[in-house]
Amino acid sequence: MTMTTDLPQDLAEREAIAPEPGYWDPVRHVLLDRWSTRIAFVVVILFILAAAFAPWLAPYDPLRQSIVSINKLPSWDHWLGTDQFGRDVMSRMIHGSRNSLIFGLLAPIFAAFFGTILGVTAGYFGGWADRVISRVIDLLMAFPELLLAILIAAALGGSFWNIVVVLTVAFTPGFARVARASTLAVKQEPYVEAAIAAGVRTPLIIFRHIVPNIMAPIVVLMTLWSASSIRIEATLSFLGIGTQPPNPSWGNIIRDGLTNMFATQWPIVAGGMAITIVVLAISIIGDSVRDVLDPENAQ
Amino acid sequence: MAKYLFLRLLDAIPTVFLVLTLVFVAMRILPGDPALAVLGANADGGQLEAFREKMGLNDPLWLQYLNFLWDAVRLDFGNSLMNDQPISRMIANNLPHTIYLTLLSVLLGLSMGIPLGVIAARNRNRPPDSALRIYSLMGYAIPDFYLAAILLVVFSLNLGWFPINGEGEGFWDGLHHLILPALTLALLKSAFLGRLTRTSLLEVLGRDYIRTARAKGAQEGRVVFHHGLRNAMLPLSTGIGISILATLSGSVAVELVFNRPGIGRLLIDAITERDYPVIQAGVMMFAFFVILVNLAMDVVYLIVDPRIRIKS
Repeated sequence: MTMTTDLPQDLAEREAIAPEPGYWDPVRHVLLDRWSTRIAFVVVILFILAAAFAPWLAPYDPLRQSIVSINKLPSWDHWLGTDQFGRDVMSRMIHGSRNSLIFGLLAPIFAAFFGTILGVTAGYFGGWADRVISRVIDLLMAFPELLLAILIAAALGGSFWNIVVVLTVAFTPGFARVARASTLAVKQEPYVEAAIAAGVRTPLIIFRHIVPNIMAPIVVLMTLWSASSIRIEATLSFLGIGTQPPNPSWGNIIRDGLTNMFATQWPIVAGGMAITIVVLAISIIGDSVRDVLDPENAQ
Repeated sequence: MAKYLFLRLLDAIPTVFLVLTLVFVAMRILPGDPALAVLGANADGGQLEAFREKMGLNDPLWLQYLNFLWDAVRLDFGNSLMNDQPISRMIANNLPHTIYLTLLSVLLGLSMGIPLGVIAARNRNRPPDSALRIYSLMGYAIPDFYLAAILLVVFSLNLGWFPINGEGEGFWDGLHHLILPALTLALLKSAFLGRLTRTSLLEVLGRDYIRTARAKGAQEGRVVFHHGLRNAMLPLSTGIGISILATLSGSVAVELVFNRPGIGRLLIDAITERDYPVIQAGVMMFAFFVILVNLAMDVVYLIVDPRIRIKS
């Protein structure tokens, strides 16, 4: 008896203490609460702008070779010098940011999409679907993402869409695992049980009640893995199985720089700095997003 | 305990089987016609046919699959397309170098990471703690190949303290060649392990038995190391396993930067040469490594956490 009378009161009390937060409140917290996050946002926006306006910003054609100006050290004409083919390193860096950053955007979106489908299927329906999906997730999760990416890229070879596939396959298991665990938890909630009892159709339950309520950890993973995918694309390009030359990417600028390190070391330094700064900035943002959206897992 | 181990080993068999199947599917079905991929678009019909016959590509798919499994079980990976050497011998020649690199880097990483974590945990929210936080953030953000290239440029090229590439001859020369590559991976590991040590030690130090130890007058060093660190070992041993696995992918890049032989190098060279049998063997070697490390981690749990022993 006490249960039935207590519950509404308790709910009303809780609502009175904590008013419903506005839709944009979490976003504002992420953006403004910490000075380190604010700096990180500015950095990421600057890099995105550089990538977006690359053809207008880059002083030279990133592919144009010049026999008279090879291995130049930094100067007013060439801020980061030139490489062994006489190409302007600054222009290659600016154009390379397109190839490097785009994967940080695409791969987490695709992986989140497929991972959520797999995870919700496994978590909601259970049974043999859950057993098969969980088994494959466990297997793939045993591999570090970078190793998995290298192994898949080894089989597929490098091209734009192959890299997208590689990163998506490498990241999907992580999303699937989180989506499955969250679905299992949400499925126990009274509102889902009520919906099932009321005879609401299954697709409606999944899209109206399950998916919106498991989005927080998924969004956290997306921001964190956007940093990972930029790093992994750089590694693949460095290994020669990512963005293919002569197209520039920060990873293969370092690869070219390493074979030419006796002449000039600026391409190595520049490429590495860019990767490090962007990955650092996105991880700082990712940490903030996690602290706001997913406080339970915050360190 | 023996029973638990046996069951765990038995559990690894379907995993190995699944990995082999995935490799087979990826290598036979995804990249299109392997004969065309290997010989190039200029090969004529007769050459393509001869190649298909030699590699058994004309057999029905199920027979190819069974042959593939049987070869994998016998560790017979066939011959390299490039130099016609048996791939098992190429692996045997390269494997020790990757193992040395892994062992030294894990050893260095632990001996730097754990003390860093302990110092940070003992100075929570003070400068040493913030320093470790920045160090571990940097360790995550800096790609391994970039750190390797920087160390190479600074210490080998400009200062001349270490050789630029190769693996060296004999023990001391070999070690001299190994230090920078191992240090590269160790620095990144220590950033990760230091952070993990700090987190798990702080959690343990808040427990009741630590207060009891302090209350009965135990020395601070004994409280931290005997009561604290020992109990922090369980999450830490997971971390060590993860960081050994990270070495596998890290070794690929590091072996390339320092121009060292190794399994990662073998795989990357094979990819550039489109040497499909070697790629396949390299991929399988890495997959087996991963399964093996995961198995070893389970054994370590048994040793570190007596509760699992009793339960099983």
